[in-house]
Amino acid sequence: METTALEIHDLTVAFSRKPVLWNVDAKLPAGKLIGIIGPNGAGKSTLIKAIMGIVPLSSGYVKIFGQELNAVRRRVSYVPQRESVDWDFPVSVMDVTLMGRYAHVGMFKKLRKADYDIAYDALRKMGMEAFANRQIAQLSGGQQQRTFLARALAQQADLYLMDEPFAGVDAATEKAVITLLREMTEQGKTVIVVHHNLQSAAQYFDCLLLLNTRLIACGPVADVFTPENLQDTYGGKLTLLTDVANLMRKENYPVREAQLQKE
Amino acid sequence: MNTLFEFLSLSDPNVRYVTLGAMLLMGSSSLMGTFTLLNKKSLIGDAIAHAVLPGVCLGFIFSGSKDPLWILAGAFFTGAFSVYLIDFIVQHSRIKEDTAIALVLSVFFGAGIVLLTFIQKSGNAAQSGLDQFLFGRAAAINRNDLMVFGITAVVIASATLLFKRIFILMAFDRDYARSLGFPVKFIQFIQTSLIVLAVVIGIQAVGVVLMAAVLITPAAAARYWSNSVKGILLIATMVGLFSGFAGAFVSYVAPAMPTGPWIVVVASVMAFASMIFSPQSGMLSRYLHQRRLRHTVADENLLKVFYQLAETDKTFFDGRTLAQLTGRRKFQIVSLKRRLSRLQRQGYLEKSGDGWKLTDAGLIRAQRIVKIHRLWELYLTTYMKIAPDHVHEDADTIEHLLTPELEQELERQLGYPDTDPHQAEIPYRKN
Repeated sequence: METTALEIHDLTVAFSRKPVLWNVDAKLPAGKLIGIIGPNGAGKSTLIKAIMGIVPLSSGYVKIFGQELNAVRRRVSYVPQRESVDWDFPVSVMDVTLMGRYAHVGMFKKLRKADYDIAYDALRKMGMEAFANRQIAQLSGGQQQRTFLARALAQQADLYLMDEPFAGVDAATEKAVITLLREMTEQGKTVIVVHHNLQSAAQYFDCLLLLNTRLIACGPVADVFTPENLQDTYGGKLTLLTDVANLMRKENYPVREAQLQKE
Repeated sequence: MNTLFEFLSLSDPNVRYVTLGAMLLMGSSSLMGTFTLLNKKSLIGDAIAHAVLPGVCLGFIFSGSKDPLWILAGAFFTGAFSVYLIDFIVQHSRIKEDTAIALVLSVFFGAGIVLLTFIQKSGNAAQSGLDQFLFGRAAAINRNDLMVFGITAVVIASATLLFKRIFILMAFDRDYARSLGFPVKFIQFIQTSLIVLAVVIGIQAVGVVLMAAVLITPAAAARYWSNSVKGILLIATMVGLFSGFAGAFVSYVAPAMPTGPWIVVVASVMAFASMIFSPQSGMLSRYLHQRRLRHTVADENLLKVFYQLAETDKTFFDGRTLAQLTGRRKFQIVSLKRRLSRLQRQGYLEKSGDGWKLTDAGLIRAQRIVKIHRLWELYLTTYMKIAPDHVHEDADTIEHLLTPELEQELERQLGYPDTDPHQAEIPYRKN
């Protein structure tokens, strides 16, 4: 088994030239439950979108299990933020869960009977089997989140990247989900979770990645969950860094010099 | 009746071309319209329809004739270009999508009109009829057109079947589709091309202005009748085919009637009818539901008065006169009488002397309402810490609403208490 699930090397991501992540450099261990912590606008969601290749990288690279993302796509599963989709969309809970199987059957091949079994099993693990045929428009917030997690489970990946799975869910769902994530890491899966609640962070996770545009700290909870680190993470942005970022946007200045010469 | 049979026999080749042509183009538009609807890009169809016009003119200028291939190529080019321009503007400026659409739509359409005027003034005899792209010329569909429409319909239908899964996934959750490694940009290009194709074909029959309606209306109607994408696609296609057929029929029966606009009228009528009569979310079913609720509330309020009178007098099955009832709660005499006989019909009340009394069933229902009222008052004071003198009105509303499951849960959570916050006894049903 690999010891490093995810290597982020010198990663910078910019939106219309303004860097929102700046030289992030981290190695995340396999088989652990890892929390990404930081204030609003710290770039937490952007970080996992960059890892999944959903937003373009301005510089740096990401390696998953020592390989390029495209070589290991099937072993990685992404859970977007619940609010990122329209829950009035005309599909059922089962339809959404089966999307997790598309990673394996592709765009055109028919879903096999086994795919339905796996999707149903994922729903059962999330306590959603009774809702399989329910329209997603009729779900509560917690049930929507469970459906998203069931879809990820149906993907049968080794690395899971989850964007705020605890946002706006009921206490029962939060408890059920954290128990499940624990079980998954015990089976050797790596689970990376964007989390906003500082109080439960230390108790839920094995490792933490503290982020506020730049990387503050990354490591086992006992080592990095310190008052100094939290002060750095939440104690406001670095004013100079923000000013420089804004200037880059204003001047339409690229993240790397080479890109300027190319243009 | 004979007219219908004559029409249905399609013996007149002209009728055949128009009818089949209208149906084919409506079928294709309905399929692609469903995806624009699911992607919440309904206005894109309007932008493409307007942006097609300069392409039509350019095609004519380059070829010097109304060669359908040149015209289609030009139309396709500017139509697709407009979509990418809208995307580009949204991504690279502060202009939001609706503004970008309006901007692109009017600029392209303006350019189209300029070119059209230029061609018309150029003295080229071949140009006559080019302005039909503005208003459509469904009644003039000929054999060649029919071939083109048929091929387009086959292309669009088979592409929809082939790409259905990924189209749906992208409409629902594009980031997730990207995370699975699917070629989202390429698929988007295919989808946009198909939509442009449907518009380019449709515009020749119904014109620039009505094209957006042709694209969206069948899907909008279908959304009211199905909760699955497959169902919506199917119903939208049927609505489309039918309105194409009906439009052709109307203009056959009354030759003064234009085919294209009638297609849109039929489709719109079907959409409005769906909006009103759809069983799950139609206005009629919502109205009926509201009316049922109003009746339930009024019924139960009256039964409650019987129970309250009985509680005061300790006799449950005495007859109550109108005067006694109005003494306890304000009623309009006319509507009170109507409601009394309604409840009598339903078996909750029966006549007794010159008044009414509760039947067994009536007592059970009245008692349940009073119980829920008092339990809810207790729930509000214990769990939500609301002062006892503030809970009555809330309970008056909730008492009619709770399902038996919630009622049980309420009893369980409160532990079957004996009295409410005002020390009134909570009546449980004795088995």
